[in-house]
Amino acid sequence: MADDPHSHSHSHSHEHGSELSDLQLRMRALETILTEKGYIDPAALDAIVEACETKIGPHNGARVVARAWVDPAFKRRLLEDASEAANSLGHISPVGAHLIAVENTPEVHNLVVCTLCSCYPWEVLGLPPVWYKSAPYRSRAVIDPKAVLSDFGLKLPAETQIRIWDSTAETRFLVLPMRPEGTENWSEEQLAELVTRDSMVGTGLPQSPTRAGR
Amino acid sequence: MSNTIHDMGGMHGFGAVELEPNEPVFHEPWEGRVLAMQRAMGYTRLWTIDGGRASLEALPPVTYLTASYYQRWFLGLERRVVAHGLVGADEITAGKSLRPGRRLNRKLTVGDVPNTTRRGNFERPAPAPAKFKVGDKVRTRNINPTTHTRLPRYARGKLGTVEAVRGCHVYPDTAALGDHNHAEWLYTVVFAGRELWGEEADPTVNVSIEAFEPYLETV
Repeated sequence: MADDPHSHSHSHSHEHGSELSDLQLRMRALETILTEKGYIDPAALDAIVEACETKIGPHNGARVVARAWVDPAFKRRLLEDASEAANSLGHISPVGAHLIAVENTPEVHNLVVCTLCSCYPWEVLGLPPVWYKSAPYRSRAVIDPKAVLSDFGLKLPAETQIRIWDSTAETRFLVLPMRPEGTENWSEEQLAELVTRDSMVGTGLPQSPTRAGR
Repeated sequence: MSNTIHDMGGMHGFGAVELEPNEPVFHEPWEGRVLAMQRAMGYTRLWTIDGGRASLEALPPVTYLTASYYQRWFLGLERRVVAHGLVGADEITAGKSLRPGRRLNRKLTVGDVPNTTRRGNFERPAPAPAKFKVGDKVRTRNINPTTHTRLPRYARGKLGTVEAVRGCHVYPDTAALGDHNHAEWLYTVVFAGRELWGEEADPTVNVSIEAFEPYLETV
């Protein structure tokens, strides 16, 4: 069993060609073998894929953030124990242990990375995007975060402290971005629309209310 | 493994971050199948998440860098099922099952799937009190094990401050070797960017890692 992920002749960074490569044949064969041996149930695999595509995603995190913006008591709970606070909302898919919310302030901007693999709070943000798992992000976020932020078009004031959270254990980090100005009378639901995935990783800010419209 | 290509923090040369607007959850159906196979086999509890990571870290560096993310997952899973004696190398070559499977303690069913979208709890009863408290100055140890560790190279031998005590968690370094229960205290330890990267580094940057107690020494 060679480890060469061969047959991907194109050097496209995401390597998702549509031809059925040798490696894809091996993947199919492994699923067949595991099924025939009684280790896995293909219907359970279907259900996992469906859950990833429909149930988990940044809409869950956005609801958590929007609630924290409108409800100071909830915000305190969130910063105390984010797993408990998120689960108390009830209407998002269940969140496991060790979720930690880190708050952006005018003084400190938080940025989350996993330099060793791809640890990401997927219950509240969904599966990580390709860039989060990529070598450029993992290598540079800890040594040159401002350059990384500039790849995302984000420029912070020069005096802003940048705090990087390297997710090297089973704790998971959710950035609580600052509420955009000009949203004083907005409802929780409207606010949730402004909360982007990247703003909860720290590579972006929430949408501005003027851009988002009402 | 420890000092392998997966430990990327601080490396140069990989270029700019490439963004993909409106990125789909899976780019190809096989990516979802690989993720699901990984989850379903993880459910058997024959290995822990760190056992899974260790098998990816053991991939040849060139493979690690040239394979896509889910390709790596597949290559790691293929190795792992063989290493655990669940599938024979001859069966991988044949592309089909040649003999009945082993009996496993757990098999993921459709009904179990809602529970797999919630991460497990890695906290365990503490065998001893925590050695460090919030505010303590600590130095990370300079360790270079040939087995799995979660202490990144860039943060070894560095002076930091304990910022939070996260509880006593399953210890990755031993979990990857098969001891799924051994637990150690876990801390958030924060370092000044200049401690990690030198005097020329940006003074506005601070970096934290999640550090297990055996990674830390009293200063």
